Amino acid sequence: MRPKQTKSLQSNTLAGWLMSGPALLLITLFLIVPFLLAFWFSFTNQRLISPNPTQFVGTSNFEQLLGVGTLVLQPEKAEDGSLVVSATGELSYPRVRDFTRNNPDFQHLNGMREWFGWEWGNTKILVLARDLVFMKALTNTLFFVAIVAPLQSIIALLLALMINQKLRGINVFRTVYFMPVVVSIVVVSLLWRFIYDGRSGLLNNLLQFLSFGHFQPVDWLGNPDTAMWAIIVMSIWQAVGFHMVIWLAGLQNIPLTLYEAADIEGASSWQKFRFVTWPGLRNTAVLILVVITMQAFALFSQIDVMTNGGPLDSTQTLVFQAVQRGYEQQNIAGGSAISVLLFLIVLTISLVQRYVTRER
Amino acid sequence: MAGLSLQNLQKTYGKVEVIKGVNLEIEHGEFVVFVGPSGCGKSTLLRMIAGLEDITGGELSIGGQVVNAMQPRDRGVAMVFQSYALYPHMTVYDNVGFGLRIKKTPKDERDAKIREAARILQMEHLLDRKPAQLSGGQRQRVAIGRAIVRQPEVFLFDEPLSNLDASLRMDMRMEISKLHQDLGATMIYVTHDQVEAMTLADKIVVLNAGVVQQVGSPLELYHRPANLFVAGFIGSPKMNFLDVTIDEIGSGVVTVSGPDMKPVSIPVATDGLKVGAALTLGTRPHQMQAADHGPITATVALVEHLGNETIVSLRLPSGKAIVAALDGDFPVTHGATLHLTPEASKAVLFDAHGTALQVT
Repeated sequence: MRPKQTKSLQSNTLAGWLMSGPALLLITLFLIVPFLLAFWFSFTNQRLISPNPTQFVGTSNFEQLLGVGTLVLQPEKAEDGSLVVSATGELSYPRVRDFTRNNPDFQHLNGMREWFGWEWGNTKILVLARDLVFMKALTNTLFFVAIVAPLQSIIALLLALMINQKLRGINVFRTVYFMPVVVSIVVVSLLWRFIYDGRSGLLNNLLQFLSFGHFQPVDWLGNPDTAMWAIIVMSIWQAVGFHMVIWLAGLQNIPLTLYEAADIEGASSWQKFRFVTWPGLRNTAVLILVVITMQAFALFSQIDVMTNGGPLDSTQTLVFQAVQRGYEQQNIAGGSAISVLLFLIVLTISLVQRYVTRER
Repeated sequence: MAGLSLQNLQKTYGKVEVIKGVNLEIEHGEFVVFVGPSGCGKSTLLRMIAGLEDITGGELSIGGQVVNAMQPRDRGVAMVFQSYALYPHMTVYDNVGFGLRIKKTPKDERDAKIREAARILQMEHLLDRKPAQLSGGQRQRVAIGRAIVRQPEVFLFDEPLSNLDASLRMDMRMEISKLHQDLGATMIYVTHDQVEAMTLADKIVVLNAGVVQQVGSPLELYHRPANLFVAGFIGSPKMNFLDVTIDEIGSGVVTVSGPDMKPVSIPVATDGLKVGAALTLGTRPHQMQAADHGPITATVALVEHLGNETIVSLRLPSGKAIVAALDGDFPVTHGATLHLTPEASKAVLFDAHGTALQVT
């Protein structure tokens, strides 16, 4: 008997630390340290390469990003008090730049640009933002999440329900639906750039063929109205297989006898889904919702490869902006501030989701 | 009124025959138990009656109506599963009322029926709980309650007590028996436990390898098994089998003897029997007495004192083992030699095919 051999690995702390050492080191180096550094940088004026020393600037990065203001414009009046009307019958308003450029009365609006606005009677109400590109990135990202999270979960669930049936050759379908997940997102993005091509892209050709030539080709990625939708469709297609597999695992965890019992009690297909399948998928649904939301917020590669944030900033996203500022504009502090904001947004949403879907 | 009629019922999976032509008549209100070893097809047969398995061949009628192609819900059956098949996210109240809810039974009526079922099964205090908060026996009660509320013509039980511990099994067995008396409905019960079969059934159906071996009341099966399989399956401890040959044929009686047994006369119909033919003598452990000059001589190999009786395992000169159930206080020790007499009037003779010989 050699007693040393029987000593369990758990009690051998040194071996344990040695074995987990490489992983711990890498995680610390590339996850924990950058995470903490980002917090610190977001409160400084750190540049990627700069001869000047780094200075602590407080929350000015965040003020710069999140600064918004409103401006109420009254129509211009002539000296007699009547409204000035142009030749085309439109009212005339003072220029926004008169308020945002060195106007001592409107210091708080200095440097802001028009974001959006609406009219209230003759009055024009404008919302101004200090960092218009960031605001567009923020709204685009939220829009992307709002569309992708529900749509992708539902499509993945439908696919999972379909491939959960016992049919001959069902594994072929499982493989086909899962394939895009295995392919690198960069490769997928490149391919879809060809599909979306404005002149001879596959999508335009297909639509022209189906409409007997009546369809006018659209430059899907070059048109501000369609670019984001094009990215959304492609993103859903790419990742839906992954979530389908998670749903499938959830589906297969539901005991078959529950369906048989429901059959005997006379439940219809819909009732079986409503009363057996869906409640049985509850935990899976929470997981999928959180995972998809996080992934959707991290939208970057598709943008980087396909549109670079354009056209007209219509596909700017938070992560893309963070990278652009940090590395292309060498503004590490600004990029870090965006990362920190993104972290807080995702954390908040995840906590809300967990609270809403909690076990009651 | 719902009796069942099974005519040449068959089930095959691909080329594997599972049920090989079952003919059976079940009267309304009868308690029928399908019993047999694992894989004999008893559960498959029950599931065919429930409508959970397709019927490959033959005809199944419930209440005089052929139901081969009918959906489970239209057959007027309720089923209790071995795994209970309770919906884990619903309370006991909702579980019991599920079938009624599916059928859109008015709320008041539903409530009354659920409470009535709960009263019958003495589980009124459990109605607000979820299945996870119940013990095995309570869960099975809920499953039975779910069957009761629908007031079906036919109850199907698929090994309902297999997951319960021994004492609870006995209690539930009595409750099911009482339930049958109270409701007066037809019940079909599948089990591999011959004690359950003996205690519950009006009529036992012994199945082996997809073929009905014998149909009859518990005592019929016990005293007059149709073949070696039934003889060995029903009764505990198992029936002893001895190889014998016919020495002499009288009127209504044959004298047999064998390597392990001196001549014994057994009453039996003698038609077609020949002197010298090889038979098997079956005698139950409880039908053997120790006697000074008994025809069977054996060495005691194992003694189990149970108090009310003593189970003695013995080795015959040929090396075969037999079991005798003797008086509780019978003085016997390991290694002793015993002389035993089989009770001739209750012994059964089987021919070379294993079929029991008729008694005049």
